Amino acid sequence: MSNWLILPVLIPLIAGIVALFFPKRVTAQRIWAFITSLILIGVNVFLLTYILANGIMTLELGGWEAPFGIVLVGDSLAVLLTTTTSLVTLPIIYFSFSTIGVGREKYYYYSFIQFLIAGVSGAFLTGDIFNLFVCFEVLLLASYALIGHGSTKTQLKESFNYVIVNVVSSAFFVIGVAYLYAVTGTLNMAQLSQRVSETGAEPIITVIAILFLIVFGLKGALFPLYFWLPGSYSVPPTAIGAIFAALLTKVGIYSIFRTYSIIFNEDTAVTHTILLVLSAVTMIIGVIGAIAYRDVKLILVYNVIVAVGFILFGVASLNSDAFVGAIYYLLHDIVIKAALFLIIGALITAAGTSKLSGMGGIIKHHPLLTWMFFISALALAGVPPLGGFPGKLMLVVGGAEAGHYIVVAVMMIASLLVLFSVIRIFLQGFLGEPKLTHAEQHGSIKAQMPPIVFLVALSVFMGIGAEVMYPFVESAAQTLINPQAYIEAVLGGEA
Amino acid sequence: MKYNDVILQTVTKFISFLIFLFAIYIFFNGHQEPGGGFIGGLMTSAALVLLLLAFDMETVRRAMPIDYKTMIAIGLVFGVGTGVGSFFFSTPFLSQTFGYFHFPVLGELELTTTLAFDLGVYLTVVGATMTIIQTIGEDK
Repeated sequence: MSNWLILPVLIPLIAGIVALFFPKRVTAQRIWAFITSLILIGVNVFLLTYILANGIMTLELGGWEAPFGIVLVGDSLAVLLTTTTSLVTLPIIYFSFSTIGVGREKYYYYSFIQFLIAGVSGAFLTGDIFNLFVCFEVLLLASYALIGHGSTKTQLKESFNYVIVNVVSSAFFVIGVAYLYAVTGTLNMAQLSQRVSETGAEPIITVIAILFLIVFGLKGALFPLYFWLPGSYSVPPTAIGAIFAALLTKVGIYSIFRTYSIIFNEDTAVTHTILLVLSAVTMIIGVIGAIAYRDVKLILVYNVIVAVGFILFGVASLNSDAFVGAIYYLLHDIVIKAALFLIIGALITAAGTSKLSGMGGIIKHHPLLTWMFFISALALAGVPPLGGFPGKLMLVVGGAEAGHYIVVAVMMIASLLVLFSVIRIFLQGFLGEPKLTHAEQHGSIKAQMPPIVFLVALSVFMGIGAEVMYPFVESAAQTLINPQAYIEAVLGGEA
Repeated sequence: MKYNDVILQTVTKFISFLIFLFAIYIFFNGHQEPGGGFIGGLMTSAALVLLLLAFDMETVRRAMPIDYKTMIAIGLVFGVGTGVGSFFFSTPFLSQTFGYFHFPVLGELELTTTLAFDLGVYLTVVGATMTIIQTIGEDK
């Protein structure tokens, strides 16, 4: 049974490998990618219910016992994230059918997507910090291929920045892991948690914590390390941008979440204060960018950065309510960012430009797209009862509980400005004077609607169905607040 | 300008076979002793690169019509396949096992499931290295 835990990694891996054998048969590629992502969703949902009923699941790879071998740990947080990952992968793959172009599809596009998903799922599930690094590399290699996929000039320019930034941060990652091993003598996260709490607030542990914050901050686009993000997320085709925005920064955020809750939880006066300040500045910088730009893609990309600030604010508050809020917001943000990116992609197809000044009156020919955008804009800003609301509410409650009133205020203002930035797209782009007659419409977006509707429905469900989701999120937050259960599940009863 | 590469070509015909043989030796030497699929694969690619340098791409391609991209895929199938095997024996993923078998000529030998995994690594390394080198070396 415990072997099931590898499936969220194994299914996309096998799917990607099999797809390597028939690169030129585009139809077969599409069908195969679609079916395997459906299976992946099924397996993830099954694992999720199983874990809620039976507690944390572990798998010792190759039969090597923890802490000596590598373990996969399926707690609620990890499996919630892999499930959400698989739920956004399916619509994005469907969206690719009509938008990505046959040329790209013939050059292993679906295989790269699958390898990316394998890396992301692996990063969520692993219980070993070196293995986390390996999973990061898997997903980064796939993302290097995807960001330059198709070799347009701007893509190549931005992919160069992207690769350099990530190679540097990976180097720091290994250095951090080496320090951690030198100080504690282990890389197993459960044992790290145990040993760090035994040694207490040693200065060297704090230094390592900051080093990891830099590494994960670079991957997760935390201020001041977000500079690479706007360029590299806006140049690739929409489907690739969507999967990046939905998943890649989230892996960095998840890693900060995990390490700053179960490992580096001793000297919180230093580490979590830094995190708090950085998250507040990240919100401000992100929202300034979102308001300042007139290009719909860039507006959206800066909203990715704002969300990073929101989620990490929850991590910095370090209490159960804030954690519930952060996890909820994290899950919803994966869905809503994917939805918004796909909508904007369809909008650009319809309007023929990504400049806000060049579009208008889209509602006349594309009413469904318009209302989908309207709903997801409200959900993004956290208007009840939509998906962003429960997360934000709990973040505010948790933040107030921890006494971070100023940052709560910043967050409220940032939320309003986020709403302003996306509603402006709505007012100018979707409403307003039609700039194009029907004959001038660029391409049909009919084939792009099903995945958008699916994602928006998912987001709405996360708001209305918050009651259903709550026990999962609550149990995920409990594992982080109280790592003892995690340690016992990994290292056995004597821990 | 025309290079005179008679010496290089003559030596390569001979040397590349030695490198191939040594690569295979290193490959089987792995597991308990230094060696294995990765280094064996790199050596094999070194031999292939030597052939590419001495002759040209067309000649080598005619002599060995191998699609290296498919080779990567086959290698990955071996690698993942050995892991998937553990599903059928209900042991933890990536478990390995070994046994002793009697071969004609060679005698008693230890065979492990890791060998299949290593073969996957070997094929993937050769495939990836050659794909990279061919892509860089090829004129558009």
